[in-house]
Amino acid sequence: MQTPMRPPLRMIDLAADRDPGFQTEVAHESGQLLESCYQCGNCTAGCVYTLDYDFPVHQVMRLVQLGLREQALSCRSVWLCATCQACTTRCPNNIDVARVMDVLRHMARRAGFAPEASVKTFTDSFLASVAKHGRVFEAGLAAVFALKGGKPLQDAGLGLPMLTRGKLSLTPHEPGGHGKAEVAAIFSRFHRFAVQGASAHSPDATPCGCKTEDKG
Amino acid sequence: MIAPAPEKLTLAYYPGCSQTGTAAEYDASARACCAALGVTLVDVPDWTCCGSTPAHTVDHVLAGALAARNLLQAELTGHDRVTTPCPSCLAALRTASHHLAEVAQPDNESPEAPEADNETFRTRVERLLDRPAPLRAKAVSLLQVLVEDVGVEAIAAAVKHPLTGLRVAPYYGCIMNRPPGLMAFDDPENPTALDRLLTACGATVVDFPFKTECCGAAFGMPRLDMMQRLSARILGMAEDCGADVIVVACPLCQMNLDLRRGQVNAAAGKNYAQPVPYFTQLLGLALGLPESSLGLSKLVLPLHPALETAARRAAEAEKAQAAKAPLKGFAADKPATGSDCKEDTPCA
Repeated sequence: MQTPMRPPLRMIDLAADRDPGFQTEVAHESGQLLESCYQCGNCTAGCVYTLDYDFPVHQVMRLVQLGLREQALSCRSVWLCATCQACTTRCPNNIDVARVMDVLRHMARRAGFAPEASVKTFTDSFLASVAKHGRVFEAGLAAVFALKGGKPLQDAGLGLPMLTRGKLSLTPHEPGGHGKAEVAAIFSRFHRFAVQGASAHSPDATPCGCKTEDKG
Repeated sequence: MIAPAPEKLTLAYYPGCSQTGTAAEYDASARACCAALGVTLVDVPDWTCCGSTPAHTVDHVLAGALAARNLLQAELTGHDRVTTPCPSCLAALRTASHHLAEVAQPDNESPEAPEADNETFRTRVERLLDRPAPLRAKAVSLLQVLVEDVGVEAIAAAVKHPLTGLRVAPYYGCIMNRPPGLMAFDDPENPTALDRLLTACGATVVDFPFKTECCGAAFGMPRLDMMQRLSARILGMAEDCGADVIVVACPLCQMNLDLRRGQVNAAAGKNYAQPVPYFTQLLGLALGLPESSLGLSKLVLPLHPALETAARRAAEAEKAQAAKAPLKGFAADKPATGSDCKEDTPCA
């Protein structure tokens, strides 16, 4: 098992690092009242991913409150949140914490941070498969991720049990009608608007990383 | 609860991508159970991916558009309730409906917000869809349909082969009931729908504390180590509770706990062996449906050894009961105990 990665201790200069607009930005994108977080830690108490996080979720909320943009957007935690909704369910102030984590991940992408590269690769490969086939092509996704994720043999042992049980289709189950084309159009509009809009901060190509040449 | 409506129950049905591949048995057994219980499913025509988890982690409007397209397709069936067996699809579809219903706000709450952002989620989704977004369709989980529309009593009445003696851990997964405001089904911390359904099938439901703990979700590929740690917790707890099987309602939970069992056991240094059937497979067995229609052979860890254990346990209990029978006369006035299938377990 991988050792959880903790950030090295470092001094934070609150005055110098503070970006006063950051909390407002996150509040606006997530629709959440972030100043109501009083750091009770209930979100962290129920979070099964804390062991793998660099900042526990209540501290991520605090980074946002303090306007520490770079620390919040560059942390691993926002990529390792599985949206299991325990935090959102248990927040005494009704903050949709999982949605805040989602928004931070969106902002991190746009700012070019991806400390958990394999998570980003998986997400991009998944969406590329959807953009191409209209549905997820599981075998194709597994193959693409094996190649791009840098762990080509990790799941090699799963192939045989899946094949013998007829669980792994080697050809995509594409929708029969216009569905495939409509989904492709949704993705192409998404990319076009993102590039046109001010929100397209991503230096490299498409905001979700799914380029049409992907072989998902 | 009020008696179910007399007319035949018909809903739109959204299978979801997993159900065409790795979770084909969930789809097959769900359809078989619905047919047996008089629920008509009309497939959403030309359905596409709902966006699942990856879409919302990239952009909420993209996620909304991918889900909304399927809600539009569902409306074409003429049925505004669309049911899906997959909790991930359910969350994507319900999240989309929820935000599509938001009305435009003149941004009173955050006056500093950028002005261009005054448009609603609906307008943004419609820009990606290039047509009006759905208005009526609403997703509901298959579990909710079976427990609330069909009803536990009707299911109990339809059971032909009760799962007597089978000790089951009901594992709901993390998002079937959470967050409660969005899912609006059962209790978010201690759901009981699956417990009630399995009890109606004659199974013995153990008191399982990890009903809603996360199994590692989609991290099996990108961060196997995390998924191994979390799934091992679930398996360990089920073993401590003395469960023969872990019953699931989610294709991702099933994959992590069943297909990836070797990986989980290897990392944990354990030899957990409980099979992980879908609730629809056990329900189908209890309803007396043919095994071939339930896809039992698709489970990596076979279900049969657990069923045999259950049969043996039931036979022994019957024998013990018979041996006690002569004494029964003495206790005739005593109210029967232990008729309820829920029992105390060491892990409670």
